[in-house]
Amino acid sequence: MNNKLQKQLLKRSKAAKLERLGKTVSFLALMLITVTVFAIIIFVASKGLATFFSNRVNIIDFLTGKDWNPNVTNSKGQPEVGALPMISGSFVVTILSALLATPFAIGTAIFMNEISPHRGAKLLQPVIELLVGIPSVVYGFIGLTVVVPAIRSIFGGSGFGILAGTFVLFVMILPTVTSMSVDALRSVPRYYREAALALGATQWQTIYKVVLRAATPGMLTAVVFGMARAFGEALAVQMVIGNAALLPTNLVSPASTLTSVLTTGIGNTVMGSLQNNALWSLALVLLMMSLIFNLVIRMIGRKGAMSK
Amino acid sequence: MNSKVSNQIAIATLYVIASTIVVILAALLGYIIISGLPALSWHFLTSPAKAFTAGGGIGIQLFNSFYLLILTMIISFPIALGAGIYLNEYAKQNWLTSLVRTAIEILSSLPSVVVGLFGFLVFVVQFGFGFSILSGAFALTFFNLPLLTRSIEEALAAVPDEQREGGLALGLSKWETVLHIIVPAALPTILTGVILSAGRIFGEAAALIFTAGQSAPALNFTDWNPFNISSPLNPMRPAETLAVHIWKINSEGIMPDAKAISSGASAVLVISVLGFNLLARFVGHRLFKRLTAG
Amino acid sequence: MRKKRWIECLLVVGLIVLGGWAYQTRQVNKANMTITAVGSTALQPLVEAAGEDYSTHHLGTFINVQGGGSGTGLSQVQEGAVDIGNADIFAEEQKGIKANRLQDHKVAVVGITPIVNQSVGVHQLTTTQLINIFTGKVRNWSQVGGNNQKIVILNRAQGSGTRTTFERFGLKNHRSIAAQEQDSSGMVRQIVSTTPGAISYVGFSYVDKSVQAVSLNGVAPTNQNVASNKWSIWSYEHMYTSKTPQPLAQRFIKYVQSRQIQNSLVRRLGYISMADMNVTRDGQGRVHKVEASHE
Repeated sequence: MNNKLQKQLLKRSKAAKLERLGKTVSFLALMLITVTVFAIIIFVASKGLATFFSNRVNIIDFLTGKDWNPNVTNSKGQPEVGALPMISGSFVVTILSALLATPFAIGTAIFMNEISPHRGAKLLQPVIELLVGIPSVVYGFIGLTVVVPAIRSIFGGSGFGILAGTFVLFVMILPTVTSMSVDALRSVPRYYREAALALGATQWQTIYKVVLRAATPGMLTAVVFGMARAFGEALAVQMVIGNAALLPTNLVSPASTLTSVLTTGIGNTVMGSLQNNALWSLALVLLMMSLIFNLVIRMIGRKGAMSK
Repeated sequence: MNSKVSNQIAIATLYVIASTIVVILAALLGYIIISGLPALSWHFLTSPAKAFTAGGGIGIQLFNSFYLLILTMIISFPIALGAGIYLNEYAKQNWLTSLVRTAIEILSSLPSVVVGLFGFLVFVVQFGFGFSILSGAFALTFFNLPLLTRSIEEALAAVPDEQREGGLALGLSKWETVLHIIVPAALPTILTGVILSAGRIFGEAAALIFTAGQSAPALNFTDWNPFNISSPLNPMRPAETLAVHIWKINSEGIMPDAKAISSGASAVLVISVLGFNLLARFVGHRLFKRLTAG
Repeated sequence: MRKKRWIECLLVVGLIVLGGWAYQTRQVNKANMTITAVGSTALQPLVEAAGEDYSTHHLGTFINVQGGGSGTGLSQVQEGAVDIGNADIFAEEQKGIKANRLQDHKVAVVGITPIVNQSVGVHQLTTTQLINIFTGKVRNWSQVGGNNQKIVILNRAQGSGTRTTFERFGLKNHRSIAAQEQDSSGMVRQIVSTTPGAISYVGFSYVDKSVQAVSLNGVAPTNQNVASNKWSIWSYEHMYTSKTPQPLAQRFIKYVQSRQIQNSLVRRLGYISMADMNVTRDGQGRVHKVEASHE
């Protein structure tokens, strides 16, 4: 070992060369990822914006129109590409599933980190990792064979709809939100808890008044991150939501999301046609939303850093 | 007194929540495995799928899934390792780094459908790879890179700074310190991250439908020459994976035993992911023990 | 250290030699022994099965079949990215396709029938009733002679071949109101069979005991009625190539159109053989009697 070190120490120039090489190679790897991301963004944007520039669809009509029939032109001579049903569908399932998942996720995270760390590590940690690992097609399959029939027998109708989508997404984002909340709780310094307990606070008071407050930015990030995942999830949602391009009026009637219309439609359209471009515009909306989610996460992070 | 009661109530509630999650998972796993188990047999696991008659298996799909996973890892691991090292060891806190980080975060929140369609246009059409394992592997690389990079970066960040200082104090260059001290020290965590992301790749379908394709031509398992079209190793052949197969038979299956096949395949998929998880824990523990003891 | 280098070098050299050897000993195919067919998921099983058959009879050829939808198939073959584009509709019907650049090969006929949930108590409808149902004028099954049950409409995805054909010939060019959509026939059948009051439409081969096929204007959805065009909701299955098709693609399509495949695979998969048709129909929907039919 010493010998090896000595040799390496003596060949200084080589080490410097290697240093340079290593740094360059790792930098190139990073750049490759960055370039790819921008390539994807530019590509989606160029396709998605074509609807507005080459097909001359009014962007306001696109965002607020209620009829999605790209094959048909309306009375004004413009194609019917109103994306409002899908946009609102995406938002409704995302928000509902986040509302449902947040208490469970945060509760579990508190349990794992504050109440029973031993059981948390032995039992819940593997459970959560497994939930992350279950493929989305399997979630969709279960949603189709269990959740949809259950909803149908309770509420009537076809069973497909926002409620089914919410349940499937709830289980899908639960592990993500939970494990990120655990990280947030873990980063709260130990002496916060000790100080609170020393002041005579009960365990719950410590958790509620001290630990949770300190971990709030981290938890918000976790929830927003979960929402971003829910917003972009495609196959599982598509299998259970019913894919009706209608404004969602109640929870058990079929609705649609951006991703579900995108996956069902893309194979039936021809590259470069209006129908295809309109779908890419939906993809662009998805992309913009994930950008916005990212911005929100950053803002929360910055605020959290300032208040510390 | 009052605060004690509320303490009890709160903690009881937390117990209920935590056990609900365990119950959800147990129910999920139980349902998948119990409904899939009757379909499982050696024949099912090894024979090729049938287009429209009963009695098909998932042998080729299973092989494809593993092969695609290995190829994806070969492509994405070096890139992710390099990117992770640069981000954690070299990158300065400036606008460029923050831009790159944002880019990675965007990639990780990008819907996999979009990644798949991008892969379809670029690799399948533009580069002329056709529907092939290679196109699929590249698409999955996009999908895998952000998570893998992040987990490697976190693994490296978890190595205490003393180790770096120690390396530098011994006169090693920064790169040598990283390569010989930091990466080995972070290896158990890195490996866990790799295996966990392997589970995700294994189950991904949306990114593959338009890249690796939806058909699994018969393979000749005695021919291991990667340049032959029917060889299992040929990276240019189309390859339907297990997850894509489940999606396809759930939507288009016209074989009479479609339901049995899809529940059987789901069970295999979930059991594989379970296996990856167990492997990740086992390998992580083993390596950690060896490295800390030796 | 030295030794390790040596081993590494040896390994690399060994790998290169192995690769070179594998490349040298690969099965040398005559050029163009692989073709790719992409498109309609409805046609996929037939082409796949025929392709397997063809490969076993002509060793060394390889027919690669992919789904992706009729639109994908047509645009891919138009761009020259694949050899064959499978479609459920005429290229003229697909927006964004220059049909005159493509060569149409019809390989089978598929009949499409409305299906309803077993519980609605309706076995037949008139075309007007069907149109009223899909345009939302009739909302309860009791209004068309069934049980008192809400009508639940289920559509195929916009632009899918089955939907295009159904709206054109079944609904006489009326457009269905926005409703639940599924992108595959298997799913449609499953949903109709489990949802009370559901109505949708699928190819004949998807009809089974779990759903009720509906007669229209007293005509039952049977192969004979399609052959004589008494049942007008049917479409061709097309395999499109460029105007100058690749030789293997041409041979393969000939094979699919041959009596052997038409009488075996095509029938077994629930399609109607081209030979059985007493009429032809073109992209504009004009129907002609077949002159030299076997009657």
